[in-house]
Amino acid sequence: MSQPTTRDRDTSSADGLPIAYVPDRPRMRETPEQLRARIPGWGADLDPADRPSHPKLQYSPDSTGAHWRFPERQAGAEGRERSIEHAFVTPVFGTAQPLHGVSGMIRRLAYRRYSEARFGHWLLLIFGDRVDAWGSHLRSFATLHPDNPITQTGIRSELSASGTMRRGRSDRRHHLLDPVIVAGPWVIAAGGLVLGVRRFRRRAAG
Amino acid sequence: MRAMTYRGPYKLRVEEKDRPRIEHPNDAIVRVQLAAICGSDLHLYHGMMPDTRIGHTFGHEFIGVVDEIGSSVQHLQVGDRVMVPFNIFCGSCWFCARGLFSNCHNVNANATAVGGIYGYSHTTGGYDGGQAEYVRVPFADVGPVKIPEWMHDEDAVLLTDAAATGYFGAQLGEIAEGDTVVVLGAGPVGLVAAQSAWLMGAGRVIVVDHLAERLEKARTMAHAETLDYDEYEDIVVELKQQTDHLGADVVIEAVGAEADGSCLQHIAAAKLKLQGGSPVALNWAIDAVRKGGTVAVVGAYGPIQSAVKFGDAVNKGLTLRMNQTPVKRQWPRMFEHIRNGHLTPREMVTHRFPLEEIGEAYHVFSAKLDGCIKPLILPSAS
Ligand SMILES: NC(=O)c1ccc[n+]([C@@H]2O[C@H](COP(=O)([O-])OP(=O)(O)OC[C@H]3O[C@@H](n4cnc5c(N)ncnc54)[C@H](O)[C@@H]3O)[C@@H](O)[C@H]2O)c1
Ligand SMILES: [Zn+2]
Ligand SMILES: [Zn+2]
Repeated sequence: MSQPTTRDRDTSSADGLPIAYVPDRPRMRETPEQLRARIPGWGADLDPADRPSHPKLQYSPDSTGAHWRFPERQAGAEGRERSIEHAFVTPVFGTAQPLHGVSGMIRRLAYRRYSEARFGHWLLLIFGDRVDAWGSHLRSFATLHPDNPITQTGIRSELSASGTMRRGRSDRRHHLLDPVIVAGPWVIAAGGLVLGVRRFRRRAAG
Repeated sequence: MRAMTYRGPYKLRVEEKDRPRIEHPNDAIVRVQLAAICGSDLHLYHGMMPDTRIGHTFGHEFIGVVDEIGSSVQHLQVGDRVMVPFNIFCGSCWFCARGLFSNCHNVNANATAVGGIYGYSHTTGGYDGGQAEYVRVPFADVGPVKIPEWMHDEDAVLLTDAAATGYFGAQLGEIAEGDTVVVLGAGPVGLVAAQSAWLMGAGRVIVVDHLAERLEKARTMAHAETLDYDEYEDIVVELKQQTDHLGADVVIEAVGAEADGSCLQHIAAAKLKLQGGSPVALNWAIDAVRKGGTVAVVGAYGPIQSAVKFGDAVNKGLTLRMNQTPVKRQWPRMFEHIRNGHLTPREMVTHRFPLEEIGEAYHVFSAKLDGCIKPLILPSAS
């Protein structure tokens, strides 16, 4: 494993100056023949004009499989949230997890009040996500399937089938910190809320 | 049916859910035979995508069998085995008519900036995804393609996103013969991008990551030179030295919103959600590319702003190219490349989990345990 992973550096100009400081063309380290011999398919898409995504816009409405000018409208669009940058609810839309409860009110406000260009739109949606998550956790405890942090985080997979620790983690430098970072803002927010309510009460009382 | 459902950041479970129904005459219902977890799913799993609702089923890489079709479906029949691009698209809006399938305007009511994606939050339309036994596939006459007889199922499922995105990323780089191409990220997307760069005539391909087994894969599968950024105090300086102080002609950014390499940026984005994504890799790309060069971005970012070094991009005269992949546009040529052995996506598959163990699958892939590069999911009905 100690073999060098990159070839030795070399300067490509004749007088040893790094190429960026002189007008020379960089030399290819390997000829096309060498590359073709070493790498399966080298140069198969060499011509930039003959690549699938060139040019970016390719007008070809008859080749997409669509047999309509505008799709038939899916039923149930009334009242569905939409970006106010859209002219209407799109003819086809997702119906998974319709808005509900408090998180639904927050999300509806985000859609109705702000365009995608506004920070408030996204902040409200993120806030709605947190309310949705906490509401669902709490509600789950009143069901036959309460949330279970052990199974749901997949933490069991830290142990392999044979009971030994799985090897290798990418996040080793911050994985111990992660729970603190994830939980921290909640603790701080809760603390802030308590202080705020107290101050408000005191002011209201005094 | 059984389906993966989201229960909040870092939490998910497998639940009993209603089987999806035909909701539009051009819908199909597909019984999933094989699915995968994508690097993009990790952004959802970590709670980084606004409007990810509890109960949402993820999964935008899947293949399966057509189980039911709507009244206007002409090109598919019940029983057909299909691969489904991760994009949901209508085939007829201004954008689809011009081949921008990932930017369809008729399928995502929740946002105009992004098209429709299976199982990728309500910000991409609110469609449940394919990490389940069944999935609703809108515009069945437009998206899905019958899996060719000769194609391996694991190649087919990777073609629905990861492989197509790697190939697309190399095209965004506008690689010319002899170019030095740097690929940031040796995940499934970066690995295929590196393989693809050679097809477009790259003279040198250098892959940067910090996970040894992925860099190893970049050497064996993609014949690339590799750099472990943890071994350098400043990877940008190393890349400059490697390229004779010119910088790379093309940098492909295949890392996205959870880039490591700066603890502060990572925490601000991935943990505190204060930006749409950690721009570490994107900023490295801007720094490491040569003046007048091209940065191709396929790494995914959330809709909130990120601290990108835009001034340097301007001052260096860079071309920045990016998109969600218009998957189906890549397929005819990619089918040839796979058949000829020029692209070998299934070499990246390291893990296969039954749907019931998907919680473990997410954790292993997310923490990159056990040398995981690409995990596949096998629904029990298959
Ligand atoms: N544009 C699209 O259509 C599209 C499609 C699929 C995936 N994606 C995005 O592409 C990205 C990669 O996807 P993947 O499935 O390969 O994910 P992945 O998580 O498996 O791979 C990401 C890799 O980047 C490495 N990395 C982290 N920080 C880095 C840094 N600073 N420099 C270099 N490498 C770094 C990680 O170690 C990891 O190996 C994700 O952001 C994903 O959302 C985009
Ligand atoms: Zn994806
Ligand atoms: Zn469209």
